[in-house]
Amino acid sequence: MTTALVHTRLLTERSLRTLARQPAYLAFTLIQPLVWLLLFGQLFRNVVELPGFGGENYLTYLTPGIAVMTAMFSAGWAGTGFIVAMDRGVMDRDLTSPVGRGALMASSLASQSVTIAIQTVIVMAVGVVAGARFDGGALGWTVVIVAAVLLGCVFAALSNAVALLVRQQEALIGISQFLTLPLTFLSSVMLAPALMPEWVATVARLNPVDWAAVASREALSASPDWSMVGGRLGLLLVLAVLMAALATRAFRAYQRST
Amino acid sequence: MSSTTRSGPAISVAGLTKTYRARDREVRALDGVDFSVEPGTVLGLLGPNGAGKSTTVKILTTLSSADSGTATVAGYDVAREARDVRHAIGYVSQKPGFDPIGTGVENLVLAGRVYGMSARTARERAGELLERFGLADSGRRLARTWSGGMQRKLDVAMSLMHRPQVLFLDEPTTGLDPEARADMWAEIAHLAADDGLAVLLTTHYLEEADHLAQRLVIVDHGRVVVSGTPDALKRGLSGDAIAVELADCSEVERASGVLSGLARVRELTRDLDTLRARVDDGGAALLEVMAALDAADLRLSAATVSRPSLDDVYLRYAGRTFASAEAASVPGGRAREEVAA
Ligand SMILES: Nc1ncnc2c1ncn2[C@@H]1O[C@H](COP(=O)(O)OP(=O)(O)O)[C@@H](O)[C@H]1O
Ligand SMILES: [Mg+2]
Repeated sequence: MTTALVHTRLLTERSLRTLARQPAYLAFTLIQPLVWLLLFGQLFRNVVELPGFGGENYLTYLTPGIAVMTAMFSAGWAGTGFIVAMDRGVMDRDLTSPVGRGALMASSLASQSVTIAIQTVIVMAVGVVAGARFDGGALGWTVVIVAAVLLGCVFAALSNAVALLVRQQEALIGISQFLTLPLTFLSSVMLAPALMPEWVATVARLNPVDWAAVASREALSASPDWSMVGGRLGLLLVLAVLMAALATRAFRAYQRST
Repeated sequence: MSSTTRSGPAISVAGLTKTYRARDREVRALDGVDFSVEPGTVLGLLGPNGAGKSTTVKILTTLSSADSGTATVAGYDVAREARDVRHAIGYVSQKPGFDPIGTGVENLVLAGRVYGMSARTARERAGELLERFGLADSGRRLARTWSGGMQRKLDVAMSLMHRPQVLFLDEPTTGLDPEARADMWAEIAHLAADDGLAVLLTTHYLEEADHLAQRLVIVDHGRVVVSGTPDALKRGLSGDAIAVELADCSEVERASGVLSGLARVRELTRDLDTLRARVDDGGAALLEVMAALDAADLRLSAATVSRPSLDDVYLRYAGRTFASAEAASVPGGRAREEVAA
């Protein structure tokens, strides 16, 4: 067990070192969400006058949702790291060393989490500069980061699994196009549940993006319902662990076909 | 790390088979491969592209698994004791295994630390290996800025960090220029001789196998076509070629008569002033030939012995020349950087 932790730490350091030397990659997945934040923040400025938003500033409503959406977008590309490692001999070297598959998966998720935490703070800060007002304070921000990281781990694990199964960068584009956009629209990221058609509101309750958005907005409010926040974060945690475990099994598929 | 050695061969392979199934087609990559490698020796696994060399190495390094057959590495079963095998081996795959965004030192230190080396021990060992491979001046530069030859040496150095007992080198010199290749040959030659490693080297360069390997296993279509020492394989053909050039060409007839009386001499041919023949053990035979000619008072202006090449060996056992096998392997196989000389 401790060996696995040491391996995870060593490989996470390798990924973070790469990230630190190529910080442009961090910006690449931030552009779209920031455009959304500022564009929709402007377009729908008056949407809050509709019932269901509690009359608050729309950017205050929108920003935490965009933050967790960013995490999902960004994590969808996590598998790129595995594809590069498979195209080179790096994956093969790692798999023939004492490093376990669990440590390979965990280190990918850990470095992805660091990326997501940084991106979340950036999105939230841009939201504040644009006019969002959060009552929640440091604890509220922490919950947003945790929710974004957990949601990111769910999608990073999925992205890694697809990478191991298909070994093609193009397949990852599929995740971001066919999964993340619908999941965003079938959640309360942009619109309050009260304004959604009944079936959308029902689907949203089963949608992890919604869990993250709801927990984040709640934690940033003046008097959060902590049991609701805890419940949503718990669901995200369980799903993230489940996805990571499943994705780790995808190494077998890679090794069978190699 | 290499303290728990089991006795016996460093690598022992029996009846390995492997079929790749990709959607609509099946490729029988290995069709019953057997060989063994003794500690402290280099075994050359020689074969054209697509012969099954990498597949063999992937199974022996625990990356992939065989459909049937058994293999042990450092005394451990590759299927049942994969964990022990991984601690005992170093693996340089056909593809580059270093991180291009890391420096040489960073790559080496990480390669050592995953085997449980302390940061300090790993740094010391990294320095030692950089020195040994002539890379010390570049150790702190990102590996992507290094030349191809240096990068390949980094791959080898990384696989040596934890002092493995058995080293797998999958086409370590493919794509290198002649100078870098000669450089790499010198390093590989040291590994078995000085470090006592068992080395399994795959190559599609006849010359490389000839130069580096104490034993050769020639594979084609997933089967071993022949194995033995390079010299034994070549001797096993029609023997060595000897040629003697007479100082006086009018004596050719008489010289031919003398030589055809010698038991060892076969396939005697002559043209102008030169006699050629096939013999077993060319060195000894040449002395005998020269003594017989001298006794008959015949003078020579030149005499040579030449051994059959591995190309002759491959032709004999695989039924086609190595170059034609290489050319035939291109469709369906991986992209080829170059064709073996
Ligand atoms: N991952 C794979 N999937 C499908 N076929 C493969 C795979 N790897 C190798 N092969 C096929 O198996 C055969 C042996 O390949 P390989 O062991 O790589 O040969 P070599 O290393 O001698 O060039 C070839 O026909 C090759 O196309
Ligand atoms: Mg190969």
